[in-house]
Amino acid sequence: MPTFLDFEKPIAELEGKIAELRHLSNADDMNIAEEISRLQVKADKLLRQTYSKLTAWQKTQVARHPERPHFYDYVGALVEDFVPLAGDRSFADDKAIQGGLGRFRGTPIVIMGHEKGTDTTTRVKHNFGMAKPEGYRKAVRLMELADRFSLPVVTLVDTPGAYPGVDAEARGQAEAIARSIEACLKVKAPFVSAIIGEGGSGGAIALAAANHVIMLEYSVYSVISPEGCASILWRSATNAQEAAEALKLTAADLKALGVIDEIVPEPLGGSHRAKDQAIAALGDAIERALQSMHNQDGPTLREQRRDKFLEMGRRGLSA
Amino acid sequence: MSWLTNFVRPKIRALVRKTDVPENLWDKCPGCGQMIFHRDLEANLRVCPQCGAHMRIAVKKRLELLFDNGTYERAELPKVEFDPLKFRDRKRYSDRLKEAQSKTEEQDAIIVAHGLIGGLKAVVAAFNFDFMGGSMGAAVGEGLVAASDLAVKERAALIAIPASGGARMQEGILSLMQMPRTVIAVDRVKEAGLPFIVLLTDPTTGGVSASFAMLGDIHVSEPGAQIGFAGARVIEETIREKLPEGFQRAEYLLDHGIVDLVVARKDLPTELAKIIGLLTKQPKQEAA
Repeated sequence: MPTFLDFEKPIAELEGKIAELRHLSNADDMNIAEEISRLQVKADKLLRQTYSKLTAWQKTQVARHPERPHFYDYVGALVEDFVPLAGDRSFADDKAIQGGLGRFRGTPIVIMGHEKGTDTTTRVKHNFGMAKPEGYRKAVRLMELADRFSLPVVTLVDTPGAYPGVDAEARGQAEAIARSIEACLKVKAPFVSAIIGEGGSGGAIALAAANHVIMLEYSVYSVISPEGCASILWRSATNAQEAAEALKLTAADLKALGVIDEIVPEPLGGSHRAKDQAIAALGDAIERALQSMHNQDGPTLREQRRDKFLEMGRRGLSA
Repeated sequence: MSWLTNFVRPKIRALVRKTDVPENLWDKCPGCGQMIFHRDLEANLRVCPQCGAHMRIAVKKRLELLFDNGTYERAELPKVEFDPLKFRDRKRYSDRLKEAQSKTEEQDAIIVAHGLIGGLKAVVAAFNFDFMGGSMGAAVGEGLVAASDLAVKERAALIAIPASGGARMQEGILSLMQMPRTVIAVDRVKEAGLPFIVLLTDPTTGGVSASFAMLGDIHVSEPGAQIGFAGARVIEETIREKLPEGFQRAEYLLDHGIVDLVVARKDLPTELAKIIGLLTKQPKQEAA
């Protein structure tokens, strides 16, 4: 059984009951089997209803779901011959940003992204997906590698944001993020980004200045977390739900604003409920995007990428 | 909200705005606590004569200070009314914008000016901290793009002077998108073989520091300026301890190799002219 979010409580109760009945009964008991299937229908309907009208805050919760597929789930399922690459060559290897070489559906690529970890031990190891300067500097190194060998770049973004700490500041967190954004914009090869969970502010855009930006249906992407925004503008983090609405951070909002290019639908109830299906769907979208850029030369792709971001926010300005 | 609050009230406010600070006021130095006669402080470029603390200075004063003879030309920026999210917290963003516009008599938080510094051509993109904390939205991004285009067109050095808390969150994701946008803008100046100098002033944090402001060929800072990515409060909450003395100040960044020079306000024009002259291989100029 998945971990249930607060708004999923009625679904949790139904699915709990089903699990209990399954556990108690032997499959031959017709009455119980009937009851199970009746409850299952009800639970599915409730799930469908709930997920058809999620609020921005609820989507934020789904995006942060602890069982949501993370970087290594995607790499494990989609990338062959994965060669992990480590370190920024000057200070350390940041475990919050992982990446390497690999073969994606036959094509050699450079893939990198934030890894949040799956349990307490790995979450601490990966610092909950919050990178320090050495993480962004590793990303720069990998993008330069991709540029040198004209390998397509795929990034999977899933971070609450860059790590706010004394050590990170001392080593130039701001400079590292700026350089990483710059590196994204310099690669002379196809560049696809997917926001697979949380796209948290500077820590996210550092890897996401791509030709084609995809968001999973229940992922979020924002300049500031709803909690952070609420504590500044409402002077209280308890207004996070309102802030989430106001920030327009859902995939649908961002598509409407023209900031992202594609939304990939998720399985009913979120990617964590059918991981294989979710991962394959994103894989298909990435493959299509890379194929569409296949015939364009590197410098052209780089120019297109720069032109796209140069226009961001220009629309809507009245001359 | 009606046209009364949106239109009439700012107009009235503009009419009854307080006149300039009376000259007989005393200012207290945040550095040493010394009381300083207001006029003396202004005459000393808002630097404490006692301890040398650099207080924030109005953007127009700064431009006067930098350009030769205090003369410069302002570049026309596109008029902006940009509220892509129709954002509203306890107040509408559109109202906040109007208030800031009437308070500062500026369209947004950036001024682009060009002229001569030590006889050398320079385009300056200066943030106005008085306008919503110098936050960066689409209009500020537009200003940086315009400044970069102008520098390339005029074959001039570009000097960016951030004074900003970071991205303007009321513009949501589009304020985040100003990070790559401004990176591209300054890269075009660099690719044209022109100097891009950043003069970091108090404060330079968040999405502004994590984009164009950290990509200068040379990073100059004013003494004591707060420069960093995350806000001090956020860091304190994360690590749950007090921050070290002088953390995120210009001198700390100098020690950590993130800025090249910390320069007193009065020396900025000469120092900037010297740097531009060297980078663009100008013959040595005699001090004017």
